[in-house]
Amino acid sequence: MSAAKTTSVSSFKIGPLVLRLHLVLVLLFLYVPIIVMAALSFNQSQLYELPFTFDLVWYKSLAGDSRLIDAGINSVVIAVINTVVATVLGTMAALAFARYQFRGKSLLQLLLFPPITIPWLVIGTAMLVFFFWTGIGRGLHAILLGHVALSLPYVIIVVGARLANFPRQMEEAAATLGATPWQTFWRVTAPILAPGVIAAALFAFAVSFDQFVISYFLAPPGVTTLPVAIYAAIRKGFTPEINAISTIIIVVSMGIMLITARFYRFGGER
Amino acid sequence: MANVHERRAILSLTAPAYLWLTVTIFLPLAAMLYCSFLDKSPLVPAPAVATLANYISFFTRPVYRQLTWWSLELGVYVTFFSLLIGYPVAYALAKQIKGRWREALFLMVILPFWSNALVRIFSWTMVLRNGGLLDQVIHWFAPDAGPLDILYSYPAVVIGLVHSYLPYMILTCYISLQAIDDSVVEAAASLGARTATIFRRVVFPMSLPGVIAGSALIFVPVIGSFMEPRILGGTKGVTLGMSIEEQFMVTANWPLGAALSFMMLAIVLLICAVGYPLVQRKMDGLK
Repeated sequence: MSAAKTTSVSSFKIGPLVLRLHLVLVLLFLYVPIIVMAALSFNQSQLYELPFTFDLVWYKSLAGDSRLIDAGINSVVIAVINTVVATVLGTMAALAFARYQFRGKSLLQLLLFPPITIPWLVIGTAMLVFFFWTGIGRGLHAILLGHVALSLPYVIIVVGARLANFPRQMEEAAATLGATPWQTFWRVTAPILAPGVIAAALFAFAVSFDQFVISYFLAPPGVTTLPVAIYAAIRKGFTPEINAISTIIIVVSMGIMLITARFYRFGGER
Repeated sequence: MANVHERRAILSLTAPAYLWLTVTIFLPLAAMLYCSFLDKSPLVPAPAVATLANYISFFTRPVYRQLTWWSLELGVYVTFFSLLIGYPVAYALAKQIKGRWREALFLMVILPFWSNALVRIFSWTMVLRNGGLLDQVIHWFAPDAGPLDILYSYPAVVIGLVHSYLPYMILTCYISLQAIDDSVVEAAASLGARTATIFRRVVFPMSLPGVIAGSALIFVPVIGSFMEPRILGGTKGVTLGMSIEEQFMVTANWPLGAALSFMMLAIVLLICAVGYPLVQRKMDGLK
């Protein structure tokens, strides 16, 4: 851009190269384990022995593992219900924060931080104690209660970010032109809000689908979600079947986040 | 009139979400605080009596002092390595790479973070176990080397946790580095400051809020981690988190587990309370 800029860049010759090399190494650090794990799920050997022989045997054995399949169904069902509930309730709260000035608003916004910052271990065990005392107990319903609680702050923050630069004049224009509040909401507000809400919904799905700690404390014996079942299996010993189900999970959750990225810019505007 | 209408709208929009959070977060935390003062687990049918015994045993039994120390140490190691590895990545992304590449690389860096934590920890067992990737690579270069024996060790736990939390550090440092106006750096350069000086005196101090946010976001969950050390560190207790999990899931001593949880939160808050003014002063001093 400016002359000063070019001089500062040229005085920095090896710097950028070293930094770029570092970036590549960090990406390797982040991805190599996942790639190794995925590759071994396609290897025939039960003991992860090489040479690599391509085989789908572990995926086939997965298809016959009713325990993991049940856990998978539980995970998906909970994630879907969680997504709907958290997105609706969170969007409502975000709308109230964006539209109205009221006493206690900053307190309510501050209250979103404990669920995000207190370790899940503490929240999960606290739920275990409270649900025991109140008779809510453990089970899929308790897991769902917990997942929605963890998802809500994310939804409120993500939708709130979208609402922060919402063109209010559009709504006023619609009202001036005679639209009913209901029509204004569905024809004007909803379409503008949609990308934020979709991103929030995908976040909520990912939070629930990948959640292990809360589910671990709230799952009674015999009832599990996928991460809880995988943890139990890992503690028993490594098998390529765990690699196979893990590969499926990582593909699903990375896929969801890639779609989310289309709707939500991570790291703020640039 | 409009005010009543407005108040009703606010209430009906916020009440469902906050009722939910009350039942699932705030009341449970209160219940757990109460539980931490009981002398018997709620699972025992006999009536419980209020006691400070659980907190006293935290302060008097050497095992908890040891666990606390180990947890803090682990937190410091993981935070330190995340900063060491993550800050240059954030810097490269914020200040050197532009356009579509930046967007793509940024997404690649934080994508694993939003995928399954348990699965990512499991994936490290495939790299670190004897006969795993790292072992194979080392023996390819040095065929006579002994077995690697790194899985089920302290370094394995640190590696796994750094892998888990590194994107936090990159994300927060990136955000604060990105907010630094390039013209500030240019001004320092045109006044004759050397690159290293600019970094030390201008760029790093200005990015300190991101460094601190990232450190806090990493330090707190690492102290409370239990799944990661269980899978990568084997059976030996290294964190308070593992001990807390044990009180709830193995020995069923809920009151002790609850007391340990609150001590863990108290330690974190204490560190923040002591650390915040120090950092604040440092930042003021650098201005």
